[in-house]
Amino acid sequence: MTDTSSFPMTKPLTHLERLEAESIHIMREVAAEAQKPVMLYSIGKDSAVMLHLAKKAFHPSPPPFPLMHVDTTWKFKAMYEMRERSAEEAGMDLLVHRNPEAEERGINPFDHGPLHTDMWKTQGLKQALDKYGFDAAFGGARRDEEKSRAKERIFSFRTASHGWDPKNQRPELWNIYNTRKAKGESIRVFPLSNWTELDIWQYIMAENIEIVPLYYSAKRPTYDYEGGLFMADDPERLEKILGYMPELTERSVRFRTLGCFPLTGAVESEAATLSDIVQEMLLTTTSERQGRVIDKDSGDGSMEKKKQEGYF
Amino acid sequence: MTDQTATPETVYETDALIAEDIDAYLDAHQNKTMLRFITCGSVDDGKSTLIGRLLYDSKMIFEDQLAALEDDSKKVGTQGQEIDFALLVDGLAAEREQGITIDVAYRFFATEKRKFIVADCPGHEQYTRNMVTGASTADLAVILIDARKGVLVQTRRHSFLCKQLGIRNIVLAVNKMDLVDYDQSTFEHIVADYRSFASEIGIDDFTAIPMSGLAGDNITSPSEATAWYDGPTLIDHLETVEVASAINVAKPFRMPVQWVNRPNLDFRGFSGLISSGTIAPGDAVRSLPSGKTSTVKSIVTWEGELEEAQAGQSVTVTLEDEIDCSRGDVLAAADTPPETSDQFETTLVWMDDEEMTPGRAYWLKLGTQNVSVTVQAPKYEINVNTMEHLAAKTLELNSIGVCEITTDKPVVFEAYGDNRALGGFILIDKITNRTVAAGMLHFSLRRAQNVHWQATDITREAHANLKNQAPRVLWFTGLSGSGKSTIANEVEKRLNLMNRHTFLLDGDNVRHGLNKDLGFTDTDRIENIRRIGEVAKLMADAGLVVLTAFISPFRAERRMVRDMLPEGEFIEVFVDTPLEVAEKRDVKGLYKKARAGDLKNFTGIDSPYEEPENAEIRVNTVEMTAEEAATYIVDQIMPLR
Repeated sequence: MTDTSSFPMTKPLTHLERLEAESIHIMREVAAEAQKPVMLYSIGKDSAVMLHLAKKAFHPSPPPFPLMHVDTTWKFKAMYEMRERSAEEAGMDLLVHRNPEAEERGINPFDHGPLHTDMWKTQGLKQALDKYGFDAAFGGARRDEEKSRAKERIFSFRTASHGWDPKNQRPELWNIYNTRKAKGESIRVFPLSNWTELDIWQYIMAENIEIVPLYYSAKRPTYDYEGGLFMADDPERLEKILGYMPELTERSVRFRTLGCFPLTGAVESEAATLSDIVQEMLLTTTSERQGRVIDKDSGDGSMEKKKQEGYF
Repeated sequence: MTDQTATPETVYETDALIAEDIDAYLDAHQNKTMLRFITCGSVDDGKSTLIGRLLYDSKMIFEDQLAALEDDSKKVGTQGQEIDFALLVDGLAAEREQGITIDVAYRFFATEKRKFIVADCPGHEQYTRNMVTGASTADLAVILIDARKGVLVQTRRHSFLCKQLGIRNIVLAVNKMDLVDYDQSTFEHIVADYRSFASEIGIDDFTAIPMSGLAGDNITSPSEATAWYDGPTLIDHLETVEVASAINVAKPFRMPVQWVNRPNLDFRGFSGLISSGTIAPGDAVRSLPSGKTSTVKSIVTWEGELEEAQAGQSVTVTLEDEIDCSRGDVLAAADTPPETSDQFETTLVWMDDEEMTPGRAYWLKLGTQNVSVTVQAPKYEINVNTMEHLAAKTLELNSIGVCEITTDKPVVFEAYGDNRALGGFILIDKITNRTVAAGMLHFSLRRAQNVHWQATDITREAHANLKNQAPRVLWFTGLSGSGKSTIANEVEKRLNLMNRHTFLLDGDNVRHGLNKDLGFTDTDRIENIRRIGEVAKLMADAGLVVLTAFISPFRAERRMVRDMLPEGEFIEVFVDTPLEVAEKRDVKGLYKKARAGDLKNFTGIDSPYEEPENAEIRVNTVEMTAEEAATYIVDQIMPLR
């Protein structure tokens, strides 16, 4: 064994192999050290990659934690369909949480603006974590998404009230993660921290990972609303909430990112295959979150502020 | 290696290829390798500008970001109407206002050959912590120098820290060459200056590149302005330097076990990230620290079994034999296993606002191993600016020193210089749970290897059985004058009447003998408690019910003693007397002296008392007499079987 020259020359690991190995290492650390972990599942492409990595990390066992979706009731239908199937295929329990107060008050993206995100997502997530007593939650955020994410740790500590203090983060050295915490505190863990959007797409191609069909271009009923292009995923509900039926046009569109259908802008596109999508991504120079309204709704540094309040 | 005709377009692939043959483009990008590096420089060396430039040239900036950038550049930028690349990377709102980077930020860009992860590290002294964090995962360091200023104190500091963290590839980026008219002699003078310093601290090799982050000289393409320079551009160099994971493949096999995979009774796999070497079915492996050997049966992955796996891969390994192996153990090549030891010389980088307390127990995490550790006072501290060795009693935030440490269990290790994964560790405060230090193991101290635990035939159970009782340590804690000794004495009298074998260790008495060399500083108080803990443990091993009466003001040390004993044997008795009451009693007249300033470090006056949070027994001496308290305590601990 000492004579390493007797080994055949090994091929250097590719960037995707190294990213995969790192993400798997992170997930196993959490499974070994957290008392009650959960994987937050948003049904988007990053979630799909994260779930795929979890299957790989623990094979032949199923991932030793449940999937949880913090629902807003406003997601695309295709997302709800994919959610149930993915959990079942992975052999994982699926927990769905909807903020009962938001449900009761009928909070929606049209009438309530930023409150919609706050009530359904920020408050909903806190409620769900408290309800089940999860002490570690995996999220699919990446550092290349947004400037304040670039400085967040892979293991990000939250106070008992779920706050994030960017000035008081634990130093993170080598691949050693300090998972110790006081009662009531929790950790958000981001196994995809070091992946870029291109890495994600390349990995989806290489591993043949199923994603929600909305990422691919198709003829879809669309409407214009406040300067954006949206898809009428549920026309009846749309009409009810707006009080009128917006003019619907069939257009060939797809989505770069998936959230609530009235908040997620569509882009006109002919990209119907993964290669087409990557090609389009590389050629169009509009960053990913532009389609989502969340970063812009309260000016500069708004994601940082949301995170301090407990948004994922 | 420098392609004189390279332009940013050929380095980063043209949009044309993406547009014309996306599949060919993707194919080319599917097999990139990955390099992690850090950039170090002081506040105005142009570090953020350089990184912004790298992102910009590799098209990692998108249109809307660019629009925002152009807008911002005019508003708050420092480059007039030009694009201020630094604004791209200065992330958090607070630091935008201050105009400096305050934490490690990770950036990403890619060329055709490699994906790069850049740790953007701040340069000023108070943030040594962040630089060490960024350097811990880096294969290479880019050390920026302002060509107008040359080698500065911070250049030395950054180089020293990179060397300490084991970074082998150093790039000396002599930046802002445009501001010295691309003068060759200025560049050469700086390089010579740096070389003489670098060799002093053991950096024998480095790559110096004259460049301008702002103007883009020698970043992606050779600059005409520096025709006298025939070395690589920055990107050329970054694309070709060997990455650490490739180097680790040639070393003996090691894999710290993270998780035991047991889906059913027929499958038992050991999951982990291979830190060095390669492994294949049929290889002989040894599990450490147990030393048991077996043979690799299979390497299981989701895609199927592998014929071979190498350093940097996360795998699950099954073995031919049922050997004892769990999280924290290390699987290694059977004939070249790493050592185990419990005493080490280390370099520590202190990272917490609260200074190091010599003698206090911290958690140590190394790979997947978690043990309790005590740290000795530093042998010396190192001045990171001058590399001088200084005498030191402790380490404060951002200071570095060489310290000996002792773990409570053997640790499987290798010298940090040989294997970062088995030589790098963190220290965690047991109470606050903060990561307080990063450490690098140098070597094991001989003592631990030569002093072995002698197994004896009469076990602690045998001692206890003969006395017909279960051993206990009743640890009385409370302020001076709270009534600890009085109550402990009453408890012992009652147990004695019940034919229990007991012994009372009293604070003042022990300080007359065993601990007469100790004073009342925090460090001495901790050593006092450590010794009492060891004595109490020996007595419990002998089967006794031990009562101790010590102020023992710190939670960490009471916890340390608790951890020395088997679960359930340590009973914390909090003698809860308010300070006013204890001070009023002042049986020994000590409070009066302390108030007058004649007695220093007196608990409750000028030294803190940390109340127990979950004491097994709590007695309130305002509501109870000593006799009542003693009866209550005895009721709680009986039947002692």
